[in-house]
Amino acid sequence: MYVAVKGGERAIENAHGLLAEDRRGDTEVPELTPDQIREQMKLAVDRVMTEGSLYDRELAALALKQARGDQIEAIFLLRAYRTTLPRFAASRPVDTGAMVVERRVSATFKDLPGGQILGPTFDYTHRLIDHDLAAPHRPRPCAEAAPVDEAMPRVLDLLACEGLIEPADPADPAAPDPPDASGAADREDGQPADITREPPRFPAGRDARLQTLARGDEGFLLALAYSSQRGYGRTHPFAGEIRLGTVPVCIAPEELGFEIEIGEIELTECQMVNQFTGGADRAPCFTRGYGLAFGHGERKAMSMALVDRSLRADAFEETRDAPVQDEEFVLSHCDNVQATGFVEHLKLPHYVDFQSELELLRRLRREHDARNGPDDKAEAAE
Amino acid sequence: MNIPAAMVEPAGGRDDTYNFAYLDEQTKRMIRRALLKAVAVPGYQVPFAGREMPMPYGWGTGGVQVTAAILKADDVLKVIDQGADDTTNAVSIRKFFRRTAGVATTERTEAANVIQTRHRIPETPLRAGQILVYQVPIPEPLRFLEPRETETRRMHAHADYGLMHVKLYEDIARHGHIATTYAYPVKVAGRYVMDPSPTPKFDNPKMSECPALQLFGAGREKRIYAIPPFTTVESLDFEDHSFTVQRWDRPCALCGARDSFLDEVVTDDRGGRMFVCSDTDYCARRRDAGHGPEEEEA
Repeated sequence: MYVAVKGGERAIENAHGLLAEDRRGDTEVPELTPDQIREQMKLAVDRVMTEGSLYDRELAALALKQARGDQIEAIFLLRAYRTTLPRFAASRPVDTGAMVVERRVSATFKDLPGGQILGPTFDYTHRLIDHDLAAPHRPRPCAEAAPVDEAMPRVLDLLACEGLIEPADPADPAAPDPPDASGAADREDGQPADITREPPRFPAGRDARLQTLARGDEGFLLALAYSSQRGYGRTHPFAGEIRLGTVPVCIAPEELGFEIEIGEIELTECQMVNQFTGGADRAPCFTRGYGLAFGHGERKAMSMALVDRSLRADAFEETRDAPVQDEEFVLSHCDNVQATGFVEHLKLPHYVDFQSELELLRRLRREHDARNGPDDKAEAAE
Repeated sequence: MNIPAAMVEPAGGRDDTYNFAYLDEQTKRMIRRALLKAVAVPGYQVPFAGREMPMPYGWGTGGVQVTAAILKADDVLKVIDQGADDTTNAVSIRKFFRRTAGVATTERTEAANVIQTRHRIPETPLRAGQILVYQVPIPEPLRFLEPRETETRRMHAHADYGLMHVKLYEDIARHGHIATTYAYPVKVAGRYVMDPSPTPKFDNPKMSECPALQLFGAGREKRIYAIPPFTTVESLDFEDHSFTVQRWDRPCALCGARDSFLDEVVTDDRGGRMFVCSDTDYCARRRDAGHGPEEEEA
């Protein structure tokens, strides 16, 4: 007899119980603390903060614990929490030129003011499993770091002095005829877009575009960036500069009338220098792609910079024929919280739609058989 | 309406760490403005700044936001998925509103004044004063013909729906039928072509001249649209291939209904099947009233 799928409520409660049990794993093994995740899984925490669009190490670490290490699930937790937060103020733009730098490399100049600073990087490690890490392990002390030069001008600013690269700020009066405006100019209030408070519009301004890429999925942007290097919308990039460090965050409350520093955040910034371009009325110059991530996220920042530059195809009158150059395609599909939701919702019941399809398919097959006679079984077996 | 009190789970038990119905008042105001615009331009997709909700995109975040924006403390809420009140996601959404809004809930269609649904319209006719909130995955009826939003918005602006008619015509040429069985496109108030959400086309006729207000929320795609009460909704068709709905050649195996949408239930691995109402409330009411399987089925 028919057994209805009753008791959804109890099933859900039991599933939550099993999840909690599985999350804990073998109770003989000490439980992981958010502190440990925050300190020892830093790059995971940084990615969750970047794509979760919330700079909070404690919460991101806790989200990773709750999500059993699933990054997208942790990002989702952080996003859902973020929407409930009141907004006290908008910060002033941070000045990455004034960053207290921990790492800074340029692939375009051998040496430059401030120097190259390797910092904490996997880049020149040999990828050999280090069995010493299997046991408690105290790293040997580093050599005393040489004091970092305070003046650490951005590499692209050095090129800009000579006019060899397009200006960074389209609002800069010195910039003749900005190729693509930030988007703020189109807005009634003159403020930058806020993709968390406005529905998406196409074409998006570069402000909305950069915001969307900043919270976009690292894997998706990485693959798109890679495709651009392999000839699907080639932009001939050089890593002008990658810098990692901390910058102060300031707000300027209206009632005070001056800026106050409210804290500092760690950022990774990547500025790509791309093939020069020019036109009938524009002297040839290098062009820019920009990437920024919370914490230490070089892969993300570099991918973002490549995709940003590719999406500027129209501004430089380049033909748009590759996926990475297609703004609607890239921006509509780069959010992993949206993507995972829609892909995974196929788990939800679709009995009704499926029933409708079944009914149609059976009818079409009956009609087919009536026209052609039933399928020849011998033929079908071959 | 005379509803026995036992059919309604009374209000109460709200978790007041959250604002009433979860969303903050500013967000509700933004959504209500979008809703007003949607009601004023029936069938037109109004962009709205959808929020990230504590359930995944695809689980009904659009419908949940619409419900949250319209819910009042004295409302009685019903939530269905596939027509049923007891499917897991319906249970989960009902629980969300019990917790965040503490409103009364019910499984009875006629006892509810707000009904959130995924994929079905209740069999019990809706009445004036009720609001039906649909969860919508892809609000754009033209999306699978033209993937670009910039292009589809232009097509709607020009009422340029030729492509849709060509698609329907090609179905007839190839299969002899319009091969769309759910999310069957409709034209609202003679102007906008609209996706009725993935309800089976069986439900399309219920949308037209419906005394209840119908609201549609697409969270991931950030669109809201509406059908005001007593609005004409036509399913697209041709003079010589008129729109028809699915019919079953047998009644519900539990209540004997011949006028409801039936789900097929697989009963064994030897081709055994039974057909039962997808609307669990409708089926239960009929059985309460003494209807049962028809003689030949028993």
